[in-house]
Amino acid sequence: MSAALPPSGFNARGVAAIYRFEMARFLRTLWQSLATPVLTTALYLLVFGAAIGSRMSQIDGVSYGAFIVPGLIMLTILTESLNNASFGIYMPKFTGTIYEILSAPVSAFEIVLGYVGAAATKSVVLGLVILATASLLVPIEIRHPLPMLAFLVLVSVSFSLFGFILGVWANSFERLQFVPMLIITPLTFLGGAFYSIDMLPGEWRTVSLFNPVFYLISGFRWTFHGTAEVGVWISLATTLLFALVCLALVAWIFRTGYRLKS
Amino acid sequence: MNPIISISKLTKTYASGLQALKAVDLEIRVGEIFALLGPNGAGKTTLISTVCGIVTPSSGTVSVGGHDIARDFRAARRLIGLVPQELHTDMFETVWSTVAFSRGLFGLAPDAAHLERVLRDLSLWERRKDRIMHLSGGMKRRVLIAKALAHEPRVLFLDEPTAGVDVELRQDMWALVRRLRETGVTVILTTHYIEEAEEMADRIGVINHGELIVVEEKARLMRQLGQKQLIVHLQDPMTEVPPALAEWKLSLGAQGTELEFTFNSAEDDDARIPRLLRRMHELGIGFRDLQTRQSSLEDIFVSLVRRPRVQPAAARAQA
Repeated sequence: MSAALPPSGFNARGVAAIYRFEMARFLRTLWQSLATPVLTTALYLLVFGAAIGSRMSQIDGVSYGAFIVPGLIMLTILTESLNNASFGIYMPKFTGTIYEILSAPVSAFEIVLGYVGAAATKSVVLGLVILATASLLVPIEIRHPLPMLAFLVLVSVSFSLFGFILGVWANSFERLQFVPMLIITPLTFLGGAFYSIDMLPGEWRTVSLFNPVFYLISGFRWTFHGTAEVGVWISLATTLLFALVCLALVAWIFRTGYRLKS
Repeated sequence: MNPIISISKLTKTYASGLQALKAVDLEIRVGEIFALLGPNGAGKTTLISTVCGIVTPSSGTVSVGGHDIARDFRAARRLIGLVPQELHTDMFETVWSTVAFSRGLFGLAPDAAHLERVLRDLSLWERRKDRIMHLSGGMKRRVLIAKALAHEPRVLFLDEPTAGVDVELRQDMWALVRRLRETGVTVILTTHYIEEAEEMADRIGVINHGELIVVEEKARLMRQLGQKQLIVHLQDPMTEVPPALAEWKLSLGAQGTELEFTFNSAEDDDARIPRLLRRMHELGIGFRDLQTRQSSLEDIFVSLVRRPRVQPAAARAQA
């Protein structure tokens, strides 16, 4: 038995193996993975967009139905990125199969690339599917398509990184659900997914400015409508800062072996 | 020949304060079957896990194939296949996809022919399309071995490979280990089953309380530490050992019908038995039969791990 060992350096096949494994999990449950967010989006658009929106005036020159689409996409992207990435790394820890990842010639960066890359891919696909669904129900105009795509990818990657951290941190399924359900969903709702913070009374408007998710939604909305509550560069800087904090935390996890190695 | 694994002053203290490894030094030779014996909690799995990169050592160095496991972890880990003690499997995966995953993870190009060989060797080929959740415990263990062999390792760690497996699988596993050795693969196995070490190993290490108590060729270990017994079945029972035979420190058994002589095969003079028999003849003690018994590795193991531990000086001072 002799194998021509590939030269040391980046283990692309190792990254691909993790990526494919994670995508296979997604494809195995493709129907549930896509049906749930599509149905939820359709319901939101139906209830908020058609029923309530018909009684509301336009916001920033955009119909209410079209106005909430970026927020709806963000709502799904944030929770799905967290769920997918956290579940992806939590399951091997839970079942014990992590032994193989830890004993394989893959670096910390390659492990993260595989897991986070797959989780972010799923989120981007979901985001585009929701966009397509929404476009069937409300008229959508995307002013800046490339920045829209870039924003979608950046937010998906950032929150998948955050999800990876949650998955490493969690030591029970309850903890795994804790942050997406009890922190991210409320922050998204309060971050202006369904309204413009300009519609809020003064003090609540100030409070909203401390909600990081507000900047993500605002920036994403700018790529659609060309207008936003805060400047797009502020949104971009906030997102990048969040991504950097997550990266630093992931680097710390691997340096110390926190909850991965004893 | 250079050792394939060199472990030097390896220490591991867990966050709980438990010192699982205490300055362990060990060299594993290329192509040998090395059995690591020790009671539960002795440090066997910690030692293996540290070499494989799952546990971070507190101090000391380990190199595999000349590659330091920390500085040159890629090259070191590529040489190692690990079969863990517990049945950690991806339930929803098929047998084929999980072994293909393992090969890719270790950075090797797909090789269907190699994977087929491995699966056939382990009687898994017919089950390759089955999901792992539908396999029996024994089959799952075979899958773990197949995963470890998927990337053609030069060193295979088997952590308690036959714990809870039936006789047939155990025999299969032993046959597989021998075949691997013939291809030059070094095998390190931990086991509770002494018979496994006795049957398989070239060398044996005994670990207890995080310390390697002994590392020795199996045959020499058994020679050095092995007690032998000569049992003489007497023609006429006796009530006490005749004073003329005091030199041999004999004991009487079976209601005075057996004389037992316990000796150490390595240390004792070979001539003592013929002399004993001659002396008995001179004294007119007749016997019907002779029987010898060599202590098993199990006896040796038990005597080793039950040895009183040497207390550290500080602890002695406090006491």
